[in-house]
Amino acid sequence: MDIIVCVKHVPETAEADLKIDSSGRALENRGLVFDINEWDDYAIEEAVRIKEKIGGTVTAITVGSQEADSTLRKCMARGADRAIRVTDEHLEGSDGHVVAKILHRVIRGLHYDMILTGAQANDDGYAMVGPVVAELLGVSHAAMVKKVELKDGFARVNRELEGGLEEIVEVRLPTVFTIQTGINEPRYVSIMSIRKAMQKEIKVLGLADTGLSENEVGEAGSWINIEKMFVPLAEKQAELIRGSPEEVASRIAEILKARGLI
Amino acid sequence: MMGEILVLSEHRLGQIRDVTFEMLTKGRGLAEKTRNELSVVVLGHTNIKGFAETLSEYAKRVLVVDDARLENFNSETYLKVLERLIKERNALLTLIGHTSFGVDLAPSLATALNIPLATDCIDMEFEDDALIVTRQMYGGKINVKARLHRSERYLVTVRQATFQTQKPQPPLNGEIIEIPSPLTEEANRKRFIEYVQPPPGGVDITSADTLIGIGRGVKDAQNIPMIEELAKTLGGVLACSRPIVDKGWLPTDRQVGTSGKTVKPKLYIALGISGSFQHVLGMKNSDLVIAINKDQKAPIFSFTDYGVVDDLFKVVPQLKRKIDELKAQKA
Repeated sequence: MDIIVCVKHVPETAEADLKIDSSGRALENRGLVFDINEWDDYAIEEAVRIKEKIGGTVTAITVGSQEADSTLRKCMARGADRAIRVTDEHLEGSDGHVVAKILHRVIRGLHYDMILTGAQANDDGYAMVGPVVAELLGVSHAAMVKKVELKDGFARVNRELEGGLEEIVEVRLPTVFTIQTGINEPRYVSIMSIRKAMQKEIKVLGLADTGLSENEVGEAGSWINIEKMFVPLAEKQAELIRGSPEEVASRIAEILKARGLI
Repeated sequence: MMGEILVLSEHRLGQIRDVTFEMLTKGRGLAEKTRNELSVVVLGHTNIKGFAETLSEYAKRVLVVDDARLENFNSETYLKVLERLIKERNALLTLIGHTSFGVDLAPSLATALNIPLATDCIDMEFEDDALIVTRQMYGGKINVKARLHRSERYLVTVRQATFQTQKPQPPLNGEIIEIPSPLTEEANRKRFIEYVQPPPGGVDITSADTLIGIGRGVKDAQNIPMIEELAKTLGGVLACSRPIVDKGWLPTDRQVGTSGKTVKPKLYIALGISGSFQHVLGMKNSDLVIAINKDQKAPIFSFTDYGVVDDLFKVVPQLKRKIDELKAQKA
């Protein structure tokens, strides 16, 4: 089974202090720590587990800057056999649709039985790359996959629905799955294995290699262009309780008592 | 010339899902403002007449495609039907829920139609012929206004529970129009097998008066017993956000949010929960919300009555002690 995993190098923003840059259309990158997109981390793990079970190859692909090599190295440390990065200055301002077009051009020249990617990215959250790649390649897909079971020529997967419900669908191979978090437990990657992965080659492609023109990528080739970023207005404003942990605890305890909750 | 705004109705297990009525409410506003007409599309088979009746109160037209092969959602068959329908009607804008169904369908539908798609939108408006949407990035910490590539047709997926359903008064009594199914064969790439209900859990968090919700900020499973102590002191139950279930630290039935349970306790204490919209939708109607988080800009504070910006590991033991003291006084 030859598996391709599409990954993205994204900033960790959950606990970071985010600043909008002077253009008003992007984040200030300084001070942000980048890593593999959380959903993609589960996707690469799932690919490696399938390879370990039934054999085959795993190829990690990313569209991004040179800094994304650390994410590709992480994938190889996990067990990916090779890595491809597509980098080009004209890709600035690209949305998920452009990323999917580029991935399609790269992937159609490779052999694959299955393509995995995260159900969404934690930066822009478009949740579109996987199904668009599938449609461009003319193969089946399933989004938000929580379980993969391989059969002869097809796969039986659980898709996550709302409220704890799941649905089982069968799709014909080759196929594209977008992976939901929690499908597996991504393994710990040792420093040793990352060091080993440092020696592996990363194949670097540019726009010319994809056969796409400048007009088909970047803002011109995107479905949507960001015009303005802003901090959302709060639905309600929390009253902040300040003080030492002890003072804070006393105040909360009083509030709970006043409300009859203690 | 009058254009058409289409809303794809979403139904599962015999029920029209709320997001449908939310989109119809927003779609009606958009249609009135831009002098377009609002139609709702329903694909299905069993009870489709009942669905159409209900939907007719919300839109000018109900387009019904009745086919046994559309009984359950399937992105392959849905795509075939909708691709044709949107082309034939030259619909200016089609709204689809940003749900498990919508994310499986909309990106490939937009690709097949070669029209621009904006996903997970929380607002949308036309400026002349251009469509401008509002969406969130970075886990809800940043909003963006974005412009769709100029087109004659647009596709948008709409975030659930963003628009509040308003039933038109009087009901619109829309015309129900049967559209022959264009399907000629069974889906051959993708087949729906069955729904799987979550296993019944030992604890029902929806019936608890006090919930202590934990998130990524608890850092390690070893820290959970300490928080469980606080929960016991308060006579409450532990709940959590998605990452805790993903890591296997608590069972699925403790998850609050769109993919878990919707709760409305008297007290919800959020510990180390940043407040993604998926989580917030499951708890924002709690009577009293207290949040402790190190990050002052965490979105959870926008849905909180009392917030503490501090290390939860410093506050929680103190809080347990203070509550024990108050309880001792009472006794």
